[in-house]
Amino acid sequence: MKPTLTKTEKLIRKYKRMRKNKKAKFLGTMINPSRFHKSQIRFYLILLPMLLVTVLPLIFIVSHAFKPLDELYAYPPRIFASRLTFDNFRNLFLAATQTGVPFSRYLFNSIIVSTIVITLTILFGTLAAYSFSFLKYKGKKTLFAINQIAIMIVPVAVSVPRFIVMSSLGLTNNILAHVIPLIAMPVGVFLVKQFMDQVPRELYEASVIDGANKWQIYRQVVMPLVKPAIATIMILSFQAAWNNTETSDLFVNNEALKTLPYYFSTLTFGVSSIAAQGMSAAANLMMFLPNIVLFIILQNSVMNTMAYSGIK
Amino acid sequence: MKTTLRSPVKKFNTSYWFVLPYATVFFLFVVVLIVISISLSLSYYDNINFPTWVGLKNYVILFTQDTDFMQYALPTTIKYALIIGPGGYGISFFMAWVLAQITHKARTVIAIVLYSPSLTNGILMSVIWKVVFSGDARGYLNYYLLNLGLINEPVQWLQNTSFIFGIMIFVGIWSSMSVGFLAMLSGILNINKELYEAAYVDGMKSRWQEIFYITIPSMKPQMLFGAVMAIVGTFNASGLAATLSGSYPPPQLAGWLVVDHMYDYGFGRFEMGYASAISVVLLLIVLLFNRIATRLFSEREGAK
Repeated sequence: MKPTLTKTEKLIRKYKRMRKNKKAKFLGTMINPSRFHKSQIRFYLILLPMLLVTVLPLIFIVSHAFKPLDELYAYPPRIFASRLTFDNFRNLFLAATQTGVPFSRYLFNSIIVSTIVITLTILFGTLAAYSFSFLKYKGKKTLFAINQIAIMIVPVAVSVPRFIVMSSLGLTNNILAHVIPLIAMPVGVFLVKQFMDQVPRELYEASVIDGANKWQIYRQVVMPLVKPAIATIMILSFQAAWNNTETSDLFVNNEALKTLPYYFSTLTFGVSSIAAQGMSAAANLMMFLPNIVLFIILQNSVMNTMAYSGIK
Repeated sequence: MKTTLRSPVKKFNTSYWFVLPYATVFFLFVVVLIVISISLSLSYYDNINFPTWVGLKNYVILFTQDTDFMQYALPTTIKYALIIGPGGYGISFFMAWVLAQITHKARTVIAIVLYSPSLTNGILMSVIWKVVFSGDARGYLNYYLLNLGLINEPVQWLQNTSFIFGIMIFVGIWSSMSVGFLAMLSGILNINKELYEAAYVDGMKSRWQEIFYITIPSMKPQMLFGAVMAIVGTFNASGLAATLSGSYPPPQLAGWLVVDHMYDYGFGRFEMGYASAISVVLLLIVLLFNRIATRLFSEREGAK
């Protein structure tokens, strides 16, 4: 269908302009100042110690990951390595072959699992959020209220029943075992719904008049307008999937189906040798980097979404 | 909105198709899990034989005979939550407020740095903490403290129960600035500046007054979201003490949390009924904390 979206398009533009103006309005106030002034120095002085405490362990991970073995042993200990090496990373890759499963397999599993989790979480989550925000049906309010309570549930607290459900569904020892427990993300649905609520209702009505059906409105009108919220749900589901060790620990016995963080934890856990320290730092870095890079790319969208994160 | 689409042929409301996929996984992995937790907590289940009904026995044992739970897991968890919850949350709010007072570019960079610890993998990080707090003179903390002359001999950070707990607190605070922090930062930045102007005209004098009379009341919804995220993050922590001390369970059950206790019974001894009782207690504690947060920040009049 190619409906004449002229009126709809106009409204989209109006809405986008509205959003832009809203941002611009806050420049030049006491909050969110537009330029540096020496009265702001005191705030930097407050931030400095916090920044140091935050950043030191991260610097430590990076420098430790690139330290050669003799410097890991060295006394006095030094934070910065004098000679950089990729030995720790090489050890991580090589150690894998001793278990019979190559490193690339774990990495491959992790990438596949993360991709499926992100895709399904976004698809299911945005569809549900769209229905919560725009559509009318019985039980909608109740469902959304339950979803809001579910945000408060600590995932680890229900790991015993999750294990039971997974094994009774026969989903263990399957790549899907990593995926299915992570798809329902109440906080993601909540954030996307809140963001969708900002889209003017008249836009939906105009699209209906233009002859679009619910699915078309979802795909062609609403989804393009809520990209920041989609980016946010993407980043949250990636974090959940990429860092997850529980599914490999409990639901999967087949070594070849386990994921990267699990493999890293077996290599570095309970092993007290100094070499394991270097490997562990390298593993931490490899887990951390994709997360932070993704966040840096999408941080603007995330902040935009968070503006509507409030629970009333 | 009167114009809902209705298919002329079927009476079935097609809107349900949109919520169905999510509702299915949500039902299976949220609602069902809680139902199972509650019903298993009233039974004996060893993961092999069919569960047998035991009534409230698990709870009675938990509260009257399980000294590890009553003397260690529960008090440690409450203490941990009372420090990390308000502590981490307070720091997150304060940092968000401070960040809102500086320019956009600097704020973005610093916010990313402050947020980044929450992106690290807790399990893998514990090995790093072990190196930093190592008990010999090679340990980074010991080495620097010795050099500064603050201590005379290496401190056994990882074998002393109160030090282990202290390190847990440090790590908890270190990684506490997560999604809730971003929400609060965004909330502060979106407060209408006219509110501030009006308040200053009306005689508001200091920035502290500004925080309590304008900032917090204007961003209560974000404060509540941040609080919920802080509570969930706090109670999700587990296992750090065991890694730090290198023994399972840790010496004198230092830093032994309710989640650790539940894992021990559920996946260590396969007493899943008993473990479920522990998780129900944990969920109740979490709900209690959330309720307090809702009381504090909800904008709804007469909120529960």
